Amino acid sequence: MLNQLRPALVTITFFTLVTGLCFPLAVTGLGQALFPAQADGSLVRRGETVVGSALIGQNFASDRYFWPRPSATGPEAYNASASSGSNLGTTSVKLRDRVTGEVQRLREAGVAGAIPADAATTSGSGLDPHISPEFAAAQVDRVARTRGLEPEALRAIVLDHIDNRALGFIGEPRVNVLELNLALDALKS
Amino acid sequence: MTLIGWLQIGLLFLAVLAVVKPLGLYMASVFSGERTWLSPILAPVERGLYAVAGVDPKKEQGWLGYTFAMLAFSVAGFIALYAILRLQAYLPLNPQGFGNVAPDLAFNTAVSFVTNTNWQNYGGETTMSHFSQMAGLTVQNFLSAATGMALAMALTRAFARSQAATIGNFWVDMTRATLYVLLPLAFIVALAFVAMGLPQTLSAGVTAQTLDGAQQVIALGPVASQEAIKQLGTNGGGFFNVNAAHPFENPSAFSNYLNIFAMLSVSAALVFTFGQMVGNRRQGWTLLATMATLLVAGVAVVYWAEAGGNPILTALGIDGAQGNMEGKEVRFGQAMTALYAAVTTGLSDGGVNGMHGSFTGLGGLVPMFLIQLGEVLPGGVGSGLYGMLVFALLSVFVAGLMVGRTPEFLGKKIESREMKYAMLAVLILPLAILGFTAISAVLPVAVASVGTAGPHGLSEILYAFSSAAGNNGSAFGGLSGNTPWYNTTLGIAMLLGRFAYAVPVMAIAGSLAKKVRSPASSGTFPTDGPLFVGLLIAIILILGGLQFFPALALGPIVEHFAMLAGQTY
Repeated sequence: MLNQLRPALVTITFFTLVTGLCFPLAVTGLGQALFPAQADGSLVRRGETVVGSALIGQNFASDRYFWPRPSATGPEAYNASASSGSNLGTTSVKLRDRVTGEVQRLREAGVAGAIPADAATTSGSGLDPHISPEFAAAQVDRVARTRGLEPEALRAIVLDHIDNRALGFIGEPRVNVLELNLALDALKS
Repeated sequence: MTLIGWLQIGLLFLAVLAVVKPLGLYMASVFSGERTWLSPILAPVERGLYAVAGVDPKKEQGWLGYTFAMLAFSVAGFIALYAILRLQAYLPLNPQGFGNVAPDLAFNTAVSFVTNTNWQNYGGETTMSHFSQMAGLTVQNFLSAATGMALAMALTRAFARSQAATIGNFWVDMTRATLYVLLPLAFIVALAFVAMGLPQTLSAGVTAQTLDGAQQVIALGPVASQEAIKQLGTNGGGFFNVNAAHPFENPSAFSNYLNIFAMLSVSAALVFTFGQMVGNRRQGWTLLATMATLLVAGVAVVYWAEAGGNPILTALGIDGAQGNMEGKEVRFGQAMTALYAAVTTGLSDGGVNGMHGSFTGLGGLVPMFLIQLGEVLPGGVGSGLYGMLVFALLSVFVAGLMVGRTPEFLGKKIESREMKYAMLAVLILPLAILGFTAISAVLPVAVASVGTAGPHGLSEILYAFSSAAGNNGSAFGGLSGNTPWYNTTLGIAMLLGRFAYAVPVMAIAGSLAKKVRSPASSGTFPTDGPLFVGLLIAIILILGGLQFFPALALGPIVEHFAMLAGQTY
């Protein structure tokens, strides 16, 4: 095996340089030049301030905003520097108790009828930027009341923010919570 | 299940089918040493590398020489990666100021990436510096995949040649796999990923002022470049803790397609390459048809089980229409998550876009079972092909016993020597998986890591060792694996699954290469066509799957019935 030592050491060194440094740095250079907004994380700015990323969910707890899905990240929800799912199995008592709590919270917020599944479950990443159109619709009355808006007018804004399936079948219908809430804030000014 | 869901799934398979032939032909010319359109740029680089490394590209190796070269290369890769992780704090490109990785975790991670497993007992964005991600992990994403491809090509030559003493040169195969196949593809896919929204920056992240008045620290990094080779090399080790469920690894349905397409196409095309190089394309298509049949069945079961939802939550007032959404992203829904879950485990990828541990009992059984079958649908780049060929040899042997003829595959007589090596390889999986699971299920220090009590807890342990020994890397994440016990035992399982499998396979290659390749006669059992597809499926399920059934019955199957009965733990 000793005669394999030289090729092993040389190839590891060579490929560490080529695939470990040249490749990612070349992609960084070209990516930054061609698609600067995406390469920097699709950041959303209001004025000069970065208010989030269009791709990353953030927590909204106040009644003035549409709420995102529950999040399993720690120590706080929607911690974008430590992504995590709950990893709880379907028969977990912790899962049942947590969802019971979520259901109660949504009921208190005026959600009637069957609760959309995404409204009471945590996402895989804990950073899901989207909610289902059903969950958005279920929140219209609460947000309209808090903001003193006509529910019908708000419903139209929500409808406007539904991303539909591409070509009619690719992806799932969804609403980006941050973008919807930004639209609400823009409304008042 | 909906028609739209099946259309989403069908589109992916059509796209992969479209590239199997062109990519397969390209790889056949790469591994036959022919000139390709990249040769004007890459041939001088290649020559220079061989000169410095002291490799004579014209000089081929026998199976022992080839295997020793592969082992030496893997050991060197392990040492380099282990050193980078242990010295992380002193190395550059560490904007978050992460400390050195602990010895047991560094061992586990280095083994994991060198064996193409990419099991991760750490969260990427909370543990690894950009330098470790790039110069450490990304490098092995390339090289462990190239190693698998090299081994598969060596076995392919053993079938193609008659009375040959050599099966190729490992250094040449590995170099060409990296330079001519993986690197150019990774470059294209990485740029497409950036366009789709994957970050690619050396900054550590930004702090956002959220609308609700809080601060959100958003971790960033060179994500797109790592994601590209993570998929093309069927590695699966994510930049972030939650892998491709993270919106920065997989922001949309389109990036989801590209993720799955990238991981599936090289492995599938390599099967065509096999057919092309042994001069029997029909044989390649026959193997592909077998893989596709089982894989589509896997997708269907996951999709059906997950779309059915969790009746325990429905009873609390949750609408069942969206299916089981715990651990899943809204933008993917049930169809795209089921597709990802089955493909990532039919391959040895192991990346996830939803949390397998939160799947229903049967939905989670499928990925676990696909790993236990040996990851041959179509499996990791290279490793899947040689795994499938081992099953093909077993199939002709069984068929030969049934009809009383000497078994042959592609004109090579299959005799007891090859069968012994094949069984040695095939038995390593149940030994490592069931052995370690049994010990961990009774050892208090191992049981303490379990996240969900009841049958799901056993599933977490069983999945972990299946994933490690199968070199997959996906997990039922409830298990806290970053303990000395799991770091060590999972590391050993990964080494067994990779090398205790590959060495007997190389011995088969050496033995087959020496044999005369005789033309097919009327007495030859046909190994291409629907009959052989059926036989091969039966052998894979019986030989690969049956020994795991008792363990599966105690874990995911019980869990599914418990869920239907409303029982919680």
